Amino acid sequence: MNTDKKEFAAFPEEEALVPSRSRAQEFFRLLNKNRLAFAGLAIFILFFLTAVAGLVLTSGTKPVLDPALVRLPEKLRPPLSRPNLQVLRPEQIPRLGIYLLGTDDLGRDVFARMLQGAWVSLTVGFVAVGISVVVGIFMGGIAGYFGQEQIRADRILVLILLFLGIGLAFLAHPSLGILLFALGICLWILCGRAKLRLEGSPWARFLFAETISVDTLIMRLVDIMLCFPSFFLILTVVALLPASIYNIMIVIGLTSWMGTTRFVRAEFLSLREQDFVTAAKALGVSKWRIIFRHMIPNAMAPVLVSATIGIATAILTEAGLSFLGFGVPPPHATWGNILSDGKRFIFDAPWLTFEPGLAILIVVLSFNLFGEGLRDILNPKLRERY
Amino acid sequence: MTTNNIMLRSTGLKKYFPVRRGFLQRVVGWIKAVDGVDFDIEQAKTLGLVGESGCGKSTVGRLILKLLEPDEGKIIYKSKDITHLSQNELTPFRKEMQIIFQDPFGSLNPRMTAGQSVEEGLRAVGMKGRRERKERVRELLQMVGIPASAADRFPHEFSGGQRQRIGIARALSVEPSLIVCDEPVSALDVSIQAQIINLLKELQARLGLGYLFISHDLNVVGYMSDMVAVMYLGHIMEYAPTDELFDHPLHPYTFALLSAVPAANGTPLKQGLELRGEVPSAFNPPPGCKFQARCPLAEDRCRRTEIPFYEINQNHLVRCWKVV
Repeated sequence: MNTDKKEFAAFPEEEALVPSRSRAQEFFRLLNKNRLAFAGLAIFILFFLTAVAGLVLTSGTKPVLDPALVRLPEKLRPPLSRPNLQVLRPEQIPRLGIYLLGTDDLGRDVFARMLQGAWVSLTVGFVAVGISVVVGIFMGGIAGYFGQEQIRADRILVLILLFLGIGLAFLAHPSLGILLFALGICLWILCGRAKLRLEGSPWARFLFAETISVDTLIMRLVDIMLCFPSFFLILTVVALLPASIYNIMIVIGLTSWMGTTRFVRAEFLSLREQDFVTAAKALGVSKWRIIFRHMIPNAMAPVLVSATIGIATAILTEAGLSFLGFGVPPPHATWGNILSDGKRFIFDAPWLTFEPGLAILIVVLSFNLFGEGLRDILNPKLRERY
Repeated sequence: MTTNNIMLRSTGLKKYFPVRRGFLQRVVGWIKAVDGVDFDIEQAKTLGLVGESGCGKSTVGRLILKLLEPDEGKIIYKSKDITHLSQNELTPFRKEMQIIFQDPFGSLNPRMTAGQSVEEGLRAVGMKGRRERKERVRELLQMVGIPASAADRFPHEFSGGQRQRIGIARALSVEPSLIVCDEPVSALDVSIQAQIINLLKELQARLGLGYLFISHDLNVVGYMSDMVAVMYLGHIMEYAPTDELFDHPLHPYTFALLSAVPAANGTPLKQGLELRGEVPSAFNPPPGCKFQARCPLAEDRCRRTEIPFYEINQNHLVRCWKVV
């Protein structure tokens, strides 16, 4: 096709276009307007750097700052106190030459322990929220995009068997669990094979009857999950599983995906009626490309906001678990178990409770502020329209 | 109604939407959005589809693109029945028929640049090679009057008219022969409307496109179309060549629509018939002729039996026995 622009007179020329401003520029312009969100972001970056530094400085066989080094003569020293060099062996002398945040009841350096705990909080926050966001987008996406499809009765049977199988395999009876799982898969294959043969028979009427829609199934599951007091659900699961930081991350993640699911479903339901999605369908763009390229990027804004706030919640949950003694096993320090250990000395050594408490407060607050700010920034109504 | 180079023919097209109520979401009734629609679109010609909002115009557009599954009737594209093809079997036909939307703000993906939006079509028809695609995108954008340098901009940086042009470029990217224009100018300023309409006309002349032009604006339809179908509550009421329809409207509804059109010199295109009341709900349409509740000529027969088409002359059909 020949392209001669002259043929179409009176069309907008270059000048008719408004000056370009990229998405990132726009983002920072709005962030700049929202000072609290900006402060939240700054504190978050600081926290991130601290946590990374903490990982580097406190891990390994000969860490720079040893969070597990016991100095019994120097217990419960207040913050900023100098070590008593006469009673300490040379390797016990703190590297900073000062107990920046004091020492605890075993004479361990609280600063080193707080640094170690920062990394735990950071990873728990991010991994748990990562899991919940992935599960949430997956479930919400299915409910929103394929929600109207009906599930056949045999599929539900298979699903129940698979879930029971996985549950049993991980929690109580591995062999029985695997058996159920295998049975589920067999049933799935069998039903697929038998469908044609059984067509029309009274058996098939029940076995292949359409029961409920995918949407109903997933959203009722969300409702059920939301009914549990999630903290106690976590406590139960953590009591059953061996105590480790990874189990805690996974459990927190798997009990907090419901909000994301609802957001994503709602976004998908409104997006699939949008003209640009219809246009993509009319062009013959594949289903998966429509979901990943057209719908998910447009559904991310509320997810991002809830994820930021979710990180704060996950950090709090982990601290709560550690405080109750269900968290990361000692001697590994977390903010929660520093707080928990310190409560016995709250009148003699108040810094043991205040320091981790303040750290949790500041980090959670900064995430919440940033999340709230993000909600405003990503709200298209506040963006300048040209 | 028969001519040799018919591109798309729809016969007895029906689409009923279920109305669900209650806890178990039982179907309590049907909305008869499209209730038996027949028309032909000829090669490189425009069929205008007019009617009030809610009469099923847009549904017809989506049905022939197979974005909605028709419940009954046939869609024949270039003498191939595509009514019951699955989404996979439709792939070769996807690039034959395209759509342009009413709302220029909703029709482009806000997270994609203008160029990427147009490129989606090129990908869909399997055009390999980044370079080639980029080059074609530039060509297409220029063809609709958008400078190629604007390919990297996001939709929010364009005006409504410019977005509509990008939407047209996207539709053209797969080199279709039929475009469904779903009220393409209703959301635009009048001055921009003229530009877009002229663009559509020029593209038609140059690329030999057929249009199904859906609109509620009779002036625009009159200017664009070769044939006009007037729709009311899921039925086509009158079907005629544009000049004939405007000069000799027969159906009382067509007549009423024409008398409602304001003209620049103050006198409407037709005079003497004023519509009263609202369009009845498609959920519970009146029996007999769909228009009888508002028709000044309605008699007993109109209320009892469904009125068939009467052929006035070779190309003029009307669904009213009173005016024959």
